[in-house]
Amino acid sequence: MADGNKKAAAERSWRITGALILDPFTGREGQGTVWVEAGRVVERPSGAFPEETVEASGLWLIPRLTDIHVHFRSPGQEWKEDLRSGSMAAAAGGFTVVATMPNTDPVVDIPALVAWQRLEAERLGLVRVWPIGAISVGLQGKALADLWAMQEAGAVGFSDDGRPVADSRLMRAALSYSRSLTGPIIQHAEDPGLFAGASMHEGSVSHRMGIPGAPAEAESVMVWRDVQLAALTGGRLHIAHLSAPGSLEALAWAKRRGLQVTAEATPHHLLLTDEAVAEWGYDAVTKVNPPLRPAAMREALVEAVREGLVEVIASDHAPHHADEKGRPYTEAPFGISGLETSLGAVLTALVHGGLLSPLEAMRRMTAFPHRLLGQAYPGLVPGAPADLTLVDPFHEWTVDPGRFYSKGKNTPLAGARLRGRAVATMVDGCWVMREGEVIDPCADN
Amino acid sequence: MEDFLGIAELGTKTLQDLLDTAESMAEVLTRRVKKVPTLRGRSVANVFFEPSTRTRNAFELAAKYLSADVVNFTGGGSSLEKGETVWDTVRTLEALGVDAVVVRHRTSGVPEAMARQLDIPVINAGDGEHEHPTQALLDLLTVRQRFGHIAGLTVAIVGDVLHSRVARSDLYGFSALGARVILAGPPSLVPEDLAEPPVRVTWSLEEALAEADVIQVLRIQRERQQEGYIPSLQEYRARWGITRERLAQAKPHALILHPGPQNRGVEIDSDVVDGSQSAILRQVQNGVAVRMAVLYRLLGGEPE
Ligand SMILES: [Zn+2]
Repeated sequence: MADGNKKAAAERSWRITGALILDPFTGREGQGTVWVEAGRVVERPSGAFPEETVEASGLWLIPRLTDIHVHFRSPGQEWKEDLRSGSMAAAAGGFTVVATMPNTDPVVDIPALVAWQRLEAERLGLVRVWPIGAISVGLQGKALADLWAMQEAGAVGFSDDGRPVADSRLMRAALSYSRSLTGPIIQHAEDPGLFAGASMHEGSVSHRMGIPGAPAEAESVMVWRDVQLAALTGGRLHIAHLSAPGSLEALAWAKRRGLQVTAEATPHHLLLTDEAVAEWGYDAVTKVNPPLRPAAMREALVEAVREGLVEVIASDHAPHHADEKGRPYTEAPFGISGLETSLGAVLTALVHGGLLSPLEAMRRMTAFPHRLLGQAYPGLVPGAPADLTLVDPFHEWTVDPGRFYSKGKNTPLAGARLRGRAVATMVDGCWVMREGEVIDPCADN
Repeated sequence: MEDFLGIAELGTKTLQDLLDTAESMAEVLTRRVKKVPTLRGRSVANVFFEPSTRTRNAFELAAKYLSADVVNFTGGGSSLEKGETVWDTVRTLEALGVDAVVVRHRTSGVPEAMARQLDIPVINAGDGEHEHPTQALLDLLTVRQRFGHIAGLTVAIVGDVLHSRVARSDLYGFSALGARVILAGPPSLVPEDLAEPPVRVTWSLEEALAEADVIQVLRIQRERQQEGYIPSLQEYRARWGITRERLAQAKPHALILHPGPQNRGVEIDSDVVDGSQSAILRQVQNGVAVRMAVLYRLLGGEPE
């Protein structure tokens, strides 16, 4: 049924005109028209299909908006999120591609589960779901999972996210083995001893509130170890949700040496500080790992994203049930539901803040994520899959989690004013979201 | 004042008023018949998710001396073990018609989060490592009774300040009323960035004792050793324990406080606990008076 509808829709042709095309894959930047036919970008329509025009003046048109760090909780924790609600949240947020973390129940550590996630997402027909497989069997940090077999089944990278690979010997093995793979080893860097018992960043706010904190070094000591192991092995290391100044120094060190090391920053670390924990008064919506940092650290991270040291922005979309997030602060789980605010937060903090040009900002959410995952996309050229997003960069709106498609309503951006949001999302030549409404499953539009 | 959640958010005036009220309550407690009818017909729930005989008894006696009815609710053996959340528990009590809840919880911020959900007053009886405001009140009252004032005094808070809700509440209370506060203890438990000037941090007990008019000795939890914060308890005692010899280096009038229960022979020696400079028993007596003052203020009974 979904497939049939999707096919019917994809056979239609579209002319999208008047938009400012920002294509970081080709570097194209300028007003123009994009033709789409049978799911692909075409030079000119063949004329065999009825053509419909979408007037997009004042909007940006961006190909392949990508979020390489999301938690869709399926299999096993569908009360938090599932592939359908997560995909809808992605489409609503303007994303055409998401990479899903494997810390589900059971853990995605075998090819069959990778293939299942891929197939299930295709059946839903909303956005592209690229599974990330576990580094270690069961996320236990002991034995390597079958990384190549998972890659063959469709995994784009490997991570024990939610947990660090703490054992240096195993991390060395993973990085070394990654030389024979296309995807990177994605590390959630957190020294277990230094972070033990913590619920937030250790500093004046944690001291005042009496919430156990961990220093930024809980992250950066592991990043330093990992870049050294990347040097030792020549492996491909990607640092997830980087937030600590010491991690930035380690990353700069690695890049100076020409190592294959990349990193991502989240919109919440770019926008918020640990003062948000006090402002929300012990409401666990601010509880996230790594924790929100003080202003000086936030500014250093923004600067690193601006100059391209940190080349990717990813949401770390981590939805939880309200009952879980409603627990007392130290007992509540970590995580922020981020897919539906990510683009608005980035535009507000970086583009409207005058720090990054629109093209450069979008590069960090399109071409760079593709490159680090070893995934090819040619940009908006004839023959390319028609995956694109229309963005109203000046639309001002107030974040209302009650209207999220995600099951996770947990965000400290609730009530915040953001400037800029996606207004339409197209995947494979069919609209999966228009005017903020997710079209499910791509039927009759 | 709708709730009593922490000293940090109280104005100086409110703090003074509470101490004045507590003073008159302390006077009531010296009478042979201590019971006054002030809160007759009102009911108070003591909800202790973390065990504390001392604080709970003080709240219970305080409520009873004011003629309020008391219902005690403790974490163990309750509906909490049947999957009910802490919020369900207090909302149920509110629905049952209780007029105020006194809450103790091991997690910082639970009383504040409860106060947002309830229409009735919430009294913080100690939350995690955040605040223990009635303890600070009784410390302030004890010091004021002894010196006649608080402004101008130097108060040393000694020990595991990092994990101590008592230390936080004392710090805010004594600072608000014009005392100088010195935090003293091992660097791992009294990190430099724990407080901002004019509060001073020192790792030298001698330095703190030399200046102190009041010495608040914090309880050291045995877990701190396993957690790597300190070497052995013997070494802790040797460097930061309050012994008779150490006390001899302090000002002769220096007053010793301890929130209890004491680890005698670790952070404080028996002859100091029971010695002439100790106000520890007075603290316990004042514990009832300050809780009467808080209940009186929140439940707004007419003065007798
Ligand atoms: Zn993570």
